[in-house]
Amino acid sequence: MSKAPSLRSSRLDDLGLRRALGDGMLPLLVAAMAFLAALALAGSAGAAALVRHWQQGAATTLTVQVPTPLLAATNAAAGTRLEAVLALLHASPGVTAARALSEQELRALLRPWLGEGAAASPLPLPAVIAVRLATDAADLADLQSRLAALAPGTLVESHGAWVHRLALLARSLQACAWLALAVVAAVAAAVVAVATRAGLAARRDAIEIVHGLGAADTYIAARFAARTTRLAALGGLVGSLAALPAVAGLAMLATPFVAAPAAPPPTFLAALPGELVLGLTALPLFAAAIGFVTAQTTVRLWLRRLP
Amino acid sequence: MIRLDGVGLTYGSGKTVTEALRGLSFSVPEGGFRWLLGPSGAGKTSLLRLLQLAARPTAGRLSVFEADIGRTPRAALPLLRRRIGMVFQDFRLLAHLSAFDNVALPLRIAGRPEGQVRADVTEMLRWVGLSRRSDARPAELSGGEQQRAAIARAVVCRPGLLLADEPTGNLDDTQAERLMLLLKEMNRLGATVLVATHNAALVARHPARALRLDRGRLVADE
Repeated sequence: MSKAPSLRSSRLDDLGLRRALGDGMLPLLVAAMAFLAALALAGSAGAAALVRHWQQGAATTLTVQVPTPLLAATNAAAGTRLEAVLALLHASPGVTAARALSEQELRALLRPWLGEGAAASPLPLPAVIAVRLATDAADLADLQSRLAALAPGTLVESHGAWVHRLALLARSLQACAWLALAVVAAVAAAVVAVATRAGLAARRDAIEIVHGLGAADTYIAARFAARTTRLAALGGLVGSLAALPAVAGLAMLATPFVAAPAAPPPTFLAALPGELVLGLTALPLFAAAIGFVTAQTTVRLWLRRLP
Repeated sequence: MIRLDGVGLTYGSGKTVTEALRGLSFSVPEGGFRWLLGPSGAGKTSLLRLLQLAARPTAGRLSVFEADIGRTPRAALPLLRRRIGMVFQDFRLLAHLSAFDNVALPLRIAGRPEGQVRADVTEMLRWVGLSRRSDARPAELSGGEQQRAAIARAVVCRPGLLLADEPTGNLDDTQAERLMLLLKEMNRLGATVLVATHNAALVARHPARALRLDRGRLVADE
């Protein structure tokens, strides 16, 4: 194989690293790491989306049940119990919407439990009011007591507690994903360090010659870092691209849980949340950074054995 | 230029310490020429390693270019090394680079602009008679050609100190004579030159002051 005469020093492989740090194993291992990192990123992004969705949605909704809604309220001037409760809810700070479910909606809710006979049931049904709050931090105990004073027996049921528990679970999943990312990054750094040390051992003679000719540590470390940076970036790119179908598939499966129910099913790549696209794009850069920093550190430490 | 006061050099540590040099004291003025003589194992190569700044003295005081080498910070040594040219018996050319790139190496390490590198290396290869072989790898060069490439690499930066370790060991008499003329030319141009050799005939043909080593000690400086 003939080699073009090297006329530019920037392309000159004076330490022979193209052979000592081959383009086979290192990019392959980094690609595998990047693949795992992409999956971890997808997990983290998914968990984050769920937390957000739950907190915006279910955590800020309340259900208020008013038994015997058509009887007069404690304060008869306020009208029926239902009217009184609705009026109080509308007047409460932090309540953005309060709406009584219609008879049909109520029967539809009960159908799974009471069967088709629910429509004809002689059981007296309570009124159910769906309430939407501005935040999930409202003082529910106070609300409950004020409503009960107006219409005794009224129940306030918050979805916040179990949503908080689910959110905690999702946040733990997210933390696990970040931990996995950190471990993957550490393993990638170890892989680059091992490859760099093998390269140092293989090219020891050349390094000593160049060192003897007055090359500073910076010069030698830069040669190694340029090589490992390029190989790690290549591995990161291959790994992210390989993970793309799997990650996009997961994102599509997750869409019904985080999107508005009426939204049409997204196309394949559009299912990817923006932050995940950003993360996948950043993976090769991050791999390159690991390659650069690890090689610089490894080579500089190794060179201390030379005077 | 070079000054040694009680310089010693030991290799290894603990029980396996080998003393290569002990109590060396001499000096060489700027522009001086010295033969470095002595039997194998006398310490000639160790002394050249010290002078090339490839090792630091473990005892005494060594100064090269007025710098106290034992105390100079490590980061300052590369700049000093660039002012020192070294020719090895086994040439130590980089096998995967052409003769041109081997000779260009010191200039590129020093960060010279590529235009100047090309001009200087072309000129240097002509001076040593390797113009037509500039694209050849070391393995494609004869022993004499490799030797000339090695000396071209050693002098391309116009070093103030030129060291040679058995430079004629792989050469026939004609080539050895030609090499001596190159070294003496460098000396005439102002470089301080030290040449370690076994070749008594060569020393006889080019009489000059000699440092004689035996078992790590300086036994004569005359």
